Amino acid sequence: MSSMNGTFSISQTDKRPMYLQIMGQIKQRIAVGDWEEGRPISSIRQLAVDLRVSVITVKRAYLELEREGVIVTQQGKGSHVASTPGLGARLREQELGKYLEQAARIAAQLGIRGEDLEHRLREAGDRISEKETI
Amino acid sequence: MSENYHHDLAIELRGVCKKYRFFSLDHIDLDVPQGQIMGLIGPNGAGKSTTIRILLGLVHQDAGEARVLGHRMPAEQVTAKWDIGFASEDMRLYESMTLGWHMNFIRSIYPTWDAAYAQVLLKRFGLLAEQKIKGLSHGQRVKSTLLLVLARKPKLLVLDEPTTGLDPVARHEILRELTDVMADEGRSVLFSSHNTQDVEQISDQITFIDRGRIIDSMDKETYLDRWRRLRLEVPSGIELPVLPGIIGVRQEGRLAVATANAFEPDLANAYENSGAIVQRIENMTLEEIFVANVAHSREEVEA
Repeated sequence: MSSMNGTFSISQTDKRPMYLQIMGQIKQRIAVGDWEEGRPISSIRQLAVDLRVSVITVKRAYLELEREGVIVTQQGKGSHVASTPGLGARLREQELGKYLEQAARIAAQLGIRGEDLEHRLREAGDRISEKETI
Repeated sequence: MSENYHHDLAIELRGVCKKYRFFSLDHIDLDVPQGQIMGLIGPNGAGKSTTIRILLGLVHQDAGEARVLGHRMPAEQVTAKWDIGFASEDMRLYESMTLGWHMNFIRSIYPTWDAAYAQVLLKRFGLLAEQKIKGLSHGQRVKSTLLLVLARKPKLLVLDEPTTGLDPVARHEILRELTDVMADEGRSVLFSSHNTQDVEQISDQITFIDRGRIIDSMDKETYLDRWRRLRLEVPSGIELPVLPGIIGVRQEGRLAVATANAFEPDLANAYENSGAIVQRIENMTLEEIFVANVAHSREEVEA
């Protein structure tokens, strides 16, 4: 059982609270397709023991993931990845959306809006594809 | 067993007071739910060790009630002892005896001793049963003491500064054993520490003690969530409003940092409405909260 959680890690240099780090790592496993829809996942207590973090921290991560529809917890039966088709793709979309929102926020503070912002985004995209062709 | 005992509480202190000449514990209320790890933090001389010794029945309180696993302390100290494992830095072992001798000794007293687990701990801690205590380093002594307590598998572990003076590897070994205990829902841990990182990582509950008083005691997630640092840009001519839940604001030029101990999103909105720009809302580590909280509570006491 513990080998299943061997690559989870909590980092002290990560500014996010531990429960967010745990949520992020679970979502990542689903996003890349390692954890398929409906797959059973560790109990809260087991993951806490494996990660060497408090039960309450893992419990919070599970509760938030449940609220977001990423996992499902059934009393007495444990937790599993939600059986929503295309869940992995949706999580990747969300990740992108989060970064775009952050970029838009900083841009707004700098007074960059609308077409200017679109232009800057296109430029950034061009720079990446340039790097890839080199 | 005493009446009115809460079965879901491993430790219950109610209005516990203890007066010394230069220090007093002032109406300590403390609940440790069963199956959880409680981290006790506070500066040197805050009253952590005195609190621990009262709940073990080693020090008798002047007033108030202490119940541990349902036993009234100090009156039922003798029966409570079977279920409590206590380790502290000043624990004495017999210098001329080996660790193995100590293991046999504890085993002969406590029927719950788990010999197989004791062997596992020997290996994990890198200790040798044949070695005499007098030849052990500080870290090896701490680990030996913990081994003797852990292998008894007590329902309640009470550890006074279990990781002080240990190297990072040894510290992680100890934290690992403490979190392993939590695989069993019936067991509980109370530990005091100066190492806020350890407390932040493994505690379900946090109790903050300073100058003999409990400042805060609640579940860790709620506690960490209440504290935030707001980084603000304050355009000239704008004055920051005084807001409830903000315990301090530092401003230099157009940049300000506000510290919240009762954060809610409305606080950020209130700053925005006043004309300031909220650049970032940051979480705080327990260490940062510790320092801010001690300073704040002392200001309040002196005010």
